Amino acid sequence: MTKIRFWAIALILAGILIGYFNYYSEINPQWSFYRPFHLGLDLSGGSRLIYEADVTELKPADVADAMSSLREVIERRVNVFGVSEPLVQTESSALSGTLQNRLIVELPGVTDVKEASKMIAATPELEFMVEGATSTPNSEASSTPWLVTGLTGRFLKRSQVSFSQNSLSPSISIEFNDEGAKLFAEITKVSVGKRVAILLDGQIISAPVVREEIRDGKAEISGQFTVEEAKTLVRDLNLGALPVPVSLASTEIVGATLGSEAAEKGVEAGLIGLLIVAIFMILWYRLPGLIAVISLSIYVMIMLAIFKLIPVTLTAAGIAGFILSIGIAVDANVLIFERLHEELKKGKALHDAIREGFSRAWTSIRDSNMSSIISAAILFWFGTSLIKGFALTFALGVVVSMFTAITITRTLLLALNFRGRAGVVNFLFGSAFFKTLK
Amino acid sequence: MYIVKHRKIFLAGSIILIGVAIYALFSFGLNLGSDFTGGTILEIEYNTSRPVMSELKTSLDALNLPSLSVQPVREKGLLLKTKVITEAEKEKVDLVLSQEGKSLFTEKRFSEVGPTLGKELTRKGLIAISLVVILIILFIAVAFRQISAHHMQSWKYGIVSIVALVHDILISAGAMALLGYFYGAEADALFLTALLAILGLSINNTIVVFDRIRENLNRHSSNDFAEVTGISINDTYVRSINTTLTTVVVLVSLYLFGPESTRFFSVILLVGMVAGTYSSIAVAPSLLVSWEAWQRNKALAKAKK
Repeated sequence: MTKIRFWAIALILAGILIGYFNYYSEINPQWSFYRPFHLGLDLSGGSRLIYEADVTELKPADVADAMSSLREVIERRVNVFGVSEPLVQTESSALSGTLQNRLIVELPGVTDVKEASKMIAATPELEFMVEGATSTPNSEASSTPWLVTGLTGRFLKRSQVSFSQNSLSPSISIEFNDEGAKLFAEITKVSVGKRVAILLDGQIISAPVVREEIRDGKAEISGQFTVEEAKTLVRDLNLGALPVPVSLASTEIVGATLGSEAAEKGVEAGLIGLLIVAIFMILWYRLPGLIAVISLSIYVMIMLAIFKLIPVTLTAAGIAGFILSIGIAVDANVLIFERLHEELKKGKALHDAIREGFSRAWTSIRDSNMSSIISAAILFWFGTSLIKGFALTFALGVVVSMFTAITITRTLLLALNFRGRAGVVNFLFGSAFFKTLK
Repeated sequence: MYIVKHRKIFLAGSIILIGVAIYALFSFGLNLGSDFTGGTILEIEYNTSRPVMSELKTSLDALNLPSLSVQPVREKGLLLKTKVITEAEKEKVDLVLSQEGKSLFTEKRFSEVGPTLGKELTRKGLIAISLVVILIILFIAVAFRQISAHHMQSWKYGIVSIVALVHDILISAGAMALLGYFYGAEADALFLTALLAILGLSINNTIVVFDRIRENLNRHSSNDFAEVTGISINDTYVRSINTTLTTVVVLVSLYLFGPESTRFFSVILLVGMVAGTYSSIAVAPSLLVSWEAWQRNKALAKAKK
């Protein structure tokens, strides 16, 4: 008995500590455990851009690689904006047979996406062309028939600014990847003596004459660059070479005011609702009702801490899942108390009634919650991001609520087991407002 | 015992409700939002005051946007919907809305969903729901396998719980169709979430009642399935109603004090919760009893032959 009372107090203290953690980790950025809630775009404001990648020209085996390098390139570009915690992720899903490859970019706090979306999808397009017919050495570049070679920035491995010894202006050295190097070797092989034009966004920036086949996949662009120009160009080229062409499929922007309004009002509504539920539980179930309220408060604290620690990104749908899980947590308590009443009505002693009530309620809590977990797992597995958000908080909530119902509610109830007069027990453990047990 | 005895009345009530729901679904249809169909939504709020709506409408109509709709929101807001538009078109819309810079506004929400994404949400939602249904039948068949020794095999409980589930989902979807028709409620991704929640809770409720039937079948000496089911309903209805009541309280509070975006969401969840409680107390057990009686009569008829 003393032992169980010790545990009961320990549980309540733990709940208070977790609550304190939740509060303090939210308000104090200096604290080493600073973990504010992760709010989804719909609550914090910001934008989400979904791009569809065109992989029709790639071999199926290369798609995964191309997508992950696409992600890297876009991530580098997004980081240039200086947005805090941007998210770039790829997603592929089969729709009616064809595989859709997508790139999702989330920019919290950014609501003007015109610039952003341009910078993300824009490609400084690097292209290599060869001279068609042999022309007189002095002919103008613009009148030369240039042939497309298929060698583009897609094959670029890296570029950097370099200074050649015999000229003051910088040049740009580029290096192709293996595939690009092969292509470049072939092109240079067949066009020795001809000129190869290097075009950036359709403009010829340099057109050197090929002297020999180049096998190492390295080339140098020597235009009339200033150092600044060369640096910008190198940055754009490095950031720019999109391995896969993308097009914008969906834009979603939530203004900061709308988001925070929704979050605030949602929390307020949830609190009012819970307060009424707490009053109802205490009036209907009396002492056990009070215990349920304590146990549910600890439950909510644990859930909030989990949201902070994993961290779970909270969206409107996610919060709906959480609120629903509170309903399930309440239900577990209700199931237990109803059983407890039945056992008390049968004339069992309080202690036996509590134990018996728990073991009888357990199968229905277990089976009903198992079915909820199954549905949540499938939804998480198959759902789109919105459904996932709902399923995750719901599933977490159901699992944790099973734990709190069988540990916290149980320990607290057992700790309160006392040998009082029958009338007092009847009153405290009675139910339905003013009825006592007998 | 009341429910089991008068089960035909309770079942008839459900059938009428489902009939209304199906009628609403077919004649009004769901007012599907851009989450499913693809399209553009723009919500803005003017800094000082909203220009005259009719003027805005005329100049917007001149842009020839596909299936355009514009409606005022509160005092200074405006909601614009159309199909997917290009960036250039969006710039034109902005220009018209701001009356070429005379009425400044802030963009509260802009969402553009391509048609493939919309299709995918629909498809994924449907796959997920079908999988849930199949797995729940399997789960109940396994979890209640001992019950097969009495009267009915456990998979029949699974089927009945799914019938109850379909009952709840149909009624909620019907309610959505009515809300869409009368109040312009849009069935968006949040509506799908509501349906998923109803799905989870419906099974939850039904299993609690089945669990009690399972226990009572093992304990009671009575071999009358209808009687045991009746007792089980009596044993569990206080719990079912109390649990629903607590959830209803939270939902009503969400409706009254919550953000506008979840208003219809809470109404649909409310409808689904109430339907779910009703089906777990009245529909699922009644169906079980009727199924068992039908099964027994058939066996009797066979024995007579």
